Amino acid sequence: MLVAISFYLLAAVAIAAAFMVVASKNPVHSVMYLILTFFSAAGLFILLGAEFLALLIVMVYVGAVAVLFLFVVMMLDVDFVEMKQGFLQYLPVGALVGVVLFIEMFLVGAAYFSGEPTTVVERDPNVSNLEAFGEVLYTEYAGMFEAAGLILLVALIGAVVLTLREREGVRKQNILEQNARTRATGVEHVDIEPGQGIG
Amino acid sequence: MTAQMIQFWTDLTPFAWFGLKLAQVGAFVLILSVILAFLILMDRKVWAAVQMRRGPNVVGPFGLLQSFADLLKFVFKEIIIPSGSDKGLYILAPIITLVMAFLAWAVVPIAPGWVMSNINIGLLYVLAISSLGVYGIIIGGWASNSKYPFMGALRSAAQMISYEVSIGFILLTVIFLVGSMNLSDIVNAQAGGFWQWHMFMLDFSKPMSLILFPIMFFMGVMFFISALAETNRPPFDLPEAESELVAGFMVEYSSTPYLLFMFGEYLNMTLMCAMFTILFLGGWHAPIDFGWENPIIPPVLWFTLKCLFMFFMFAMVKAIVPRYRYDQLMRLGWKVFLPISIAAVIFVSSWVVFFGDKL
Repeated sequence: MLVAISFYLLAAVAIAAAFMVVASKNPVHSVMYLILTFFSAAGLFILLGAEFLALLIVMVYVGAVAVLFLFVVMMLDVDFVEMKQGFLQYLPVGALVGVVLFIEMFLVGAAYFSGEPTTVVERDPNVSNLEAFGEVLYTEYAGMFEAAGLILLVALIGAVVLTLREREGVRKQNILEQNARTRATGVEHVDIEPGQGIG
Repeated sequence: MTAQMIQFWTDLTPFAWFGLKLAQVGAFVLILSVILAFLILMDRKVWAAVQMRRGPNVVGPFGLLQSFADLLKFVFKEIIIPSGSDKGLYILAPIITLVMAFLAWAVVPIAPGWVMSNINIGLLYVLAISSLGVYGIIIGGWASNSKYPFMGALRSAAQMISYEVSIGFILLTVIFLVGSMNLSDIVNAQAGGFWQWHMFMLDFSKPMSLILFPIMFFMGVMFFISALAETNRPPFDLPEAESELVAGFMVEYSSTPYLLFMFGEYLNMTLMCAMFTILFLGGWHAPIDFGWENPIIPPVLWFTLKCLFMFFMFAMVKAIVPRYRYDQLMRLGWKVFLPISIAAVIFVSSWVVFFGDKL
């Protein structure tokens, strides 16, 4: 009973929030609704008994990805009137994508309900989520896992390379030099004659 | 006793369970709030003592009721909302901060069996919830529609995300040693005396574990420093550096919303104290285990004492350390703490692989 109530509540909130992501006028509000959607999805995962996945969603998507979204969107100088003008221009493309997505979802749903009943492997109640994940991830799919890590590393290095630029005549601080400063090198004692100035 | 309790909780109908749990949570929140009121007073008193002042000493005996007087003052002031602000988010931000600060306490074990929710990935939960605390600050800074709050919010967000990374790696060393993310398991792994605590691994009956002592001690120190940065405490209180940003993301806040922000911040600090106690100082275990069935000093008192000690350290740091510069803060986080904690993770995990099962 409680599970059913929680499920319908979370699912309703997720769908409503996902709708508001698209519908809200202010992009910052959109990101906030996106966060709400992620959160509700995490709640649904908990109801499924996949608490590790749920916390990963909260940590990775809500805690890191959405923060970056929020950063970028807050920094943008968005003109809402201009955004509205482009609406009709992009409508055909958007509609096409929407139709394709809908057909795909429909096919998946139809295949699920009409075809062979898919067998879900029963979860061993004695093995925690975390252990189950770890055992599969670091043995069977170790190669894939490493490859995913490498892709992330490439993206990381790419971002650094794209934004790194050397310019002439820029004063940079050398931390080692700063830390190595002593009183002798950092302070100069100047005996100034009255009325002369440092010169 | 524990078996009876488990039986009692499993026999309940779902709605009775829900109601009882709700009452439990309400009581816990109330007790925590009252304790926090006195902790804030303690913070101010310690700070005053270091500077050879008296601190708050007018309201009640020794100024004990100062926090409650402050509460009344905050609540009865007018809530001023800037005209250009985003009203909904402006009010939401302090609420998010406070709720996230309370939420993480759900998995903190205070004594054997005294925990709101004994989930097996408790540490991950604490990490996930504390990574959400940054939203209150970013949203608060943005919704104020003012320059200083926005600068403060950006600084704070960057700072919290940076130090979260190294905190995660430091937690990993503890997880490797214990082999569990359950906070009660982590505490129980440190039973038997202070030489079993992760901060001081000096058990001479297990010679191989002595190698870990310097590393885990250093991890403890690093966790403390990262916790300071994570909770925006001096010397890392750049989001609210008053000489640069007035009060950072809280400039436009007044009255009750400001109170919620401040309360949430102190609550996060106490959470960090509790986490340090659980991860490195053996939680509710006494420093020397005499093997009594029922210790004369109850476990919850040991936990509280350790937390109080950690809070005292937080207060002392605020009193005696000057503020960092922002670039120094970032350098410390990314170029010093992150490589060292990754190296420690690699070392500890290889130790567990090679020597872990021989003990």
